Amino acid sequence: MRILMLGWEFPPHISGGLGTACYGMTQALAKLGAEIVFVLPRVKGGGESDFLRLASASGTPITREAASRIFLAGQSVWRESVRFLELDSPIFPYCTPEAYAETVRWLGRAPDREYGEARLSAHSFTYDIQGGYGPDLMSEVRRYSRLAAALALRESFDVVHAHDWMTYPAGMLVKALTGRPLVAHIHATEFDRCGENINVQVAGMERAGLMTADRVVAVSHLTSRTVVERYGVPQDKVVVVHNAVARHEAERHYVVPPRIRHEKRVLFLGRVTFQKGPEYFMEAARLVLKRLPNVRFFMAGSGDMLPKLIRRAGQLRIGGRFHFAGFLRGEEVDHMFALSDLYVMPSVSEPFGITPLEAILYDVPVLLSRQSGVSEVLKNALKADFWDTRDMADKICAVLRYPCLAAELVKNCRQELRSIRWENAAGQLMAIYRDACARA
Amino acid sequence: MPALCLCFDVHEAYRLRRYTVFDIGQSSVYEDDDRNCDSLMALARACYLPMNELMLRLIRRYKKAFKCAFAISGTALDQFEQYAPEVIDGFKALAATGCVEFVAGTSAHSLAFLYSEEEFDRQVKAHSARLKDVFGKKPLCFRNAEYVYNNELALALQKSGFKAVLAEGADHVLGWRSPNYLYQAPGVSEPRLFLRNASLSEDVSINFSCREWASWPLTAEKFAGWCRGVADSADIINLFWDYHAFGARHSRETGIVDFMTALPAALLEDKRFRFMTPSEAAKKIEIRGVVDVPGFTSWKDRERDLTMWLGNDMQKDAIHALYALDARVRALGDPALLHDYGRLQSADHFYNMSTKWFTGYLSDRPNPFGNPYDAYITFMNVLADFVMRLVAAEKAANAKQPASRGKAAGKPRVRRKKSGD
Repeated sequence: MRILMLGWEFPPHISGGLGTACYGMTQALAKLGAEIVFVLPRVKGGGESDFLRLASASGTPITREAASRIFLAGQSVWRESVRFLELDSPIFPYCTPEAYAETVRWLGRAPDREYGEARLSAHSFTYDIQGGYGPDLMSEVRRYSRLAAALALRESFDVVHAHDWMTYPAGMLVKALTGRPLVAHIHATEFDRCGENINVQVAGMERAGLMTADRVVAVSHLTSRTVVERYGVPQDKVVVVHNAVARHEAERHYVVPPRIRHEKRVLFLGRVTFQKGPEYFMEAARLVLKRLPNVRFFMAGSGDMLPKLIRRAGQLRIGGRFHFAGFLRGEEVDHMFALSDLYVMPSVSEPFGITPLEAILYDVPVLLSRQSGVSEVLKNALKADFWDTRDMADKICAVLRYPCLAAELVKNCRQELRSIRWENAAGQLMAIYRDACARA
Repeated sequence: MPALCLCFDVHEAYRLRRYTVFDIGQSSVYEDDDRNCDSLMALARACYLPMNELMLRLIRRYKKAFKCAFAISGTALDQFEQYAPEVIDGFKALAATGCVEFVAGTSAHSLAFLYSEEEFDRQVKAHSARLKDVFGKKPLCFRNAEYVYNNELALALQKSGFKAVLAEGADHVLGWRSPNYLYQAPGVSEPRLFLRNASLSEDVSINFSCREWASWPLTAEKFAGWCRGVADSADIINLFWDYHAFGARHSRETGIVDFMTALPAALLEDKRFRFMTPSEAAKKIEIRGVVDVPGFTSWKDRERDLTMWLGNDMQKDAIHALYALDARVRALGDPALLHDYGRLQSADHFYNMSTKWFTGYLSDRPNPFGNPYDAYITFMNVLADFVMRLVAAEKAANAKQPASRGKAAGKPRVRRKKSGD
């Protein structure tokens, strides 16, 4: 099975959970004999990995002939998407007229030349893209789609696998150009990222990609429901493949320094944004500190809500017990996990959420919001509704007070973790590929 | 001439409400009254009322040839009195026929025997007195909560004068022997030991509605045929069933009620069979051997041991914390505290903390918390509040009678522990 995989992140070109998931997934797929070409916006350094080929979209030459084919294919793809938007535009009640007009204009626009086009020769040209999530993301997505399509014309493969909305336009183009089946993997929907205040452009692309795809892979039943309910994707097209963890043992052992051994530490780790529910964590912390004085709370991560929360901690006069660790990377994350007595993930909406699995590697019990995909696979985790801060605080107190509860949670979660492997997910994906190829 | 000894287990537990750490010291209402009430009303409609009526009809139809026993827990009686007194009337009507025996137990359906002999005695006495009070006859036979049994229990019951003790016919204690005879514990000739015929009992109580089961559907004739098959090598066939099986676990639509209606006729067709109550059987049937049960057995799970209640550290922690208060609570003798102390001992609280997800929880007795961790958290919160009340009551008592100090603060003793613990 040859797979053209379209992704926006891949270690070390990474910013969040998406890249980690892609890495584990492709590694396991390669073990099952899949040949994978992974198209990233931009590859810095070497393009070879030991189990797949990393291809950089940036700098791929586009011949005049390819450009015209892409243009024609793009016309039909965009027209379809525009039709989707026009038909269903009333279902986005918060869409302003300006945003709507702009979406239609953008989607209907002919290939333009104003963005970073570089002539390579008389017959070919290329674009330059940065990758990541800059302010210019939309035009990067558009350029990525053309470059990936040009790349696809030169590769041979059986199936296209696109991860999240950034690569859906590219996936649609490739499908239109080559006739290969498209598998759209959805790691997070726009509704998870933004609640009700969605970006219509993004939602439009997400919807178009999911509708065009031959099969949709959702990371949890929660996401599957969102996709079916919000975008009207037919239920029988959506398959749930849960994420997994690549590592099964902690890499290093960290010792808790003697001076802080008498205290308990509770950790929040993630983007400090509405989606992750940091303010519910702080509210729960306030309630816990009324009952148990000897606890410290750590909030690791950065995000748009951070200044507000720092002010709030001061207002509640819990700053002495509630610490902001900032954005942690690499080994710092592991260290933080190892020092914690409890990891809390109070997400308002979490399509999957891989960090609790990492916490368990360090024998840290976890408390998850019921509104997370990972709670579908971790039966032995404590769970609370994100809005029920009293319940959350109650459970935090219980874990900190009763060591046998924490031990039992960790023991049983580790047991479960053993069955949450990328190998299983890869097996499911291979079946999906075969099925999509058979149908196409 | 094999006897048929039917004993129905009737037990309802009080569910705790979601008692959080913020309720500690604020509220001492521990139970979820609404849920307990709803659940009992539903069970009365589905199981208790129609089944009591059926039993009465069967006894009248077969003119005393049909007999059975009921082992009703104290918490079940509490709930009937509180929410559905007509169920008690049904049992009283059954008692009046003279064909029904009531079997004693611990009032709180507790595992007190494992941890405190004094508390066990208190509960057994209280429950026996209550059964006599309600049904007019002093119980002569004993069944511990969840059929938990070992040699020492037989010894303790000998002192209290019980004629029979009902227990599980677990393979690992019987070995090659059959449960279909009466036995005795080593050196204890009375009470006689009745061992449940596990496979015949569970074919009805567990397997009846399971369509994947090879013998589905089970009819009264088929079941009677199985009983006839063992009749040549049996003095007594002990069928101990959870009353819930009839109408609650297996719904009416599965045919369980029709099965029970047809069963006496199908069994009595063979003239060798006779229905007997346990005390009648204890009088008439000879002891055939000694069964040594050094470790505890129960009627739950494949292992027939205590691991459903004391299998993990949360369960052990909770029950040890509870019985560590034993001497203090009883020394103080405060009725409200004693009442709550009893309720907290119900085996169900510990059962709900079991992490044996896949073997536990029958549909009619679901874990009210959905998972073992919330059950443990709630129980420990409730216990924390209970300890606060106990300490306050002790202080008040000491202030009143400074002379009796020290008595109340006696060190708690853990009498018996689970083997291998």
